[in-house]
Amino acid sequence: MVDQLSPLAPVLRPGRHALADHSVGVTLTETQPGSIVQLAAWRGEEGALIAAIREVAGLALPDGAGGGVSTEAKAGFGFAPGKFLVVDQDEGLAAAFAKAVAPETGTVTDLSHGRTAIRIAGPKAEWVLAKFFATDFSLPAFPLGSGISTVHHDIFAQIQRSGADEFDVYVFRSFARSFWKSLCHASEEVGYEVL
Amino acid sequence: MIITCPYCGPRDSSEFVYREEGGRIRPDQASTDQAAWNAYVYDRVNTAGEHDEIWQHSGGCRAHLRIVRNTVTHRIVSVAFARDHGRPHERRKAETPA
Repeated sequence: MVDQLSPLAPVLRPGRHALADHSVGVTLTETQPGSIVQLAAWRGEEGALIAAIREVAGLALPDGAGGGVSTEAKAGFGFAPGKFLVVDQDEGLAAAFAKAVAPETGTVTDLSHGRTAIRIAGPKAEWVLAKFFATDFSLPAFPLGSGISTVHHDIFAQIQRSGADEFDVYVFRSFARSFWKSLCHASEEVGYEVL
Repeated sequence: MIITCPYCGPRDSSEFVYREEGGRIRPDQASTDQAAWNAYVYDRVNTAGEHDEIWQHSGGCRAHLRIVRNTVTHRIVSVAFARDHGRPHERRKAETPA
């Protein structure tokens, strides 16, 4: 596979950017998954596509809008009616789905080089994300594993809750550096660490 | 203004774009009826009250929505997927009284 180059490289400054009292409210990471795949089912084929996701990725997506699962190496969630994002730290997921998803079922789009995955974790993660997106990030409204699609000005974002205070944000690669810089500025208030 | 998307839940109206007035019937492509085309392109109901509209959740799930909005109070009366009624034009044809 062609090497994936991080669009964040010129602005990524690993280390602690803490408050004066040394506290850190969030940690920011580029998770660099090997595979990011978008799957879309034709109308009425949603069940068959969810079955294919279970077969190929081993993820049992729950029913319902935005339902998803997040594990250490793999994650998947619905972000629109009949559409799913499946992510794997390993490469080759798109090829596996291309074999398993019949043309009558739906479509497979390899976005591994098209999206940048940013993880924001820590006690202030909800607070920092709420500065960007006009959505409810509280646990009851945004359960563990579930995902949403939303937008920060013109930067379209898909967000999955991967932990109680941990979120994975997928943004277009070409907007990722700008978004990362904004995210760092927004995190200055609570102190942040780049891993 | 908050619009409750049937997929995404309650979202700020800035995530949505207004597409068109609902209930418009496109004349047959082969039609040469000038009056019918003029009416399709220019005539609008322009309701003061509950108004049938097509919106898109462009900053979210990108689904097209059929929204009934009160143009006087801005109250959103109902939100549904446009696709639940088939393609918008076909749906509106079926719902328009003959």
